[in-house]
Amino acid sequence: MKVAVLRFPGTNCEFDTQYAFEKLGHTTELLWHENETLPSDIDLVVVPGGFSYGDYLRSGSIARFSPIMKAVTKFANKGGKVLGICNGFQILTEAGLLPGALKRNNNLHFISKHQHLCVINNNNAFLNQCNEGEVLNIPIAHADGNYYIDEEGFKKIEENGQILLRYSDEEGNPVVVNGSVTSIAGVCNENKNVFGLMPHPERALEALLGSEDGIRMLKGLSA
Amino acid sequence: MTAIVNVFLKEGVLDPQGKAAHHALDSLGFAGVDDVRIGKQIVIKLDTDDKIKAEVEVKEMCETLLANTVIEDYTIEIS
Repeated sequence: MKVAVLRFPGTNCEFDTQYAFEKLGHTTELLWHENETLPSDIDLVVVPGGFSYGDYLRSGSIARFSPIMKAVTKFANKGGKVLGICNGFQILTEAGLLPGALKRNNNLHFISKHQHLCVINNNNAFLNQCNEGEVLNIPIAHADGNYYIDEEGFKKIEENGQILLRYSDEEGNPVVVNGSVTSIAGVCNENKNVFGLMPHPERALEALLGSEDGIRMLKGLSA
Repeated sequence: MTAIVNVFLKEGVLDPQGKAAHHALDSLGFAGVDDVRIGKQIVIKLDTDDKIKAEVEVKEMCETLLANTVIEDYTIEIS
């Protein structure tokens, strides 16, 4: 599989993301945001974490207008797989490719720690290697991860199985981490080809560093 | 002309910064504060004298970039 990893001014997780997909045996290519097209043989686009444009105005609000994002939107609308991690998730919601929005954490803190996540839905091209109800241990590191969606939107994503992950305790019971609606940590679009999550699976690849649960998550995308 | 855009989180969307400031005001003994909302103000200088044209243009700026209408409302004052 060939993976494009996007890079904006202020992105800082692009090398970890490349490392993750290369560890899984894929070829990766870094793409600067000024590119207007994606290579034609790309199977997956990853929008990695960081602080694109210094998080000015709102996280992701300026990056979404980069030339490359037009190509990503076109790719996604044709059914191409897109994954947004952390700032990438924020960019994809700002771009309207994913429902909802990410607000400042309720406690106003930048939260950086290992966090348990419960897999809510595995019937998609992302989490198919995980079991529903399974608890994963993945680091989070964000100030604007408080997922918001209005009631009507929530009903829609819940009924359509678009809620992928929730922050949880070790047993899988939802916990309040940043104030997200029903503790949501990750969602997908209606067509289930665009995925976004605040936690960083690319930082959970080695048991020595605390967890290798990220491997199983990312493996799904090539299954 | 100058456009002053105020962007606030929508009613019903919890404003954690406003809540923290409210709590601080309470702690400092300022009684009678019912609610505090924190937003941002964006001041835009425009090279037109046509108020209607300016309003249309700034509204488009708000809808496109300046506000995320999933969570935020905005007001525009032009002078």
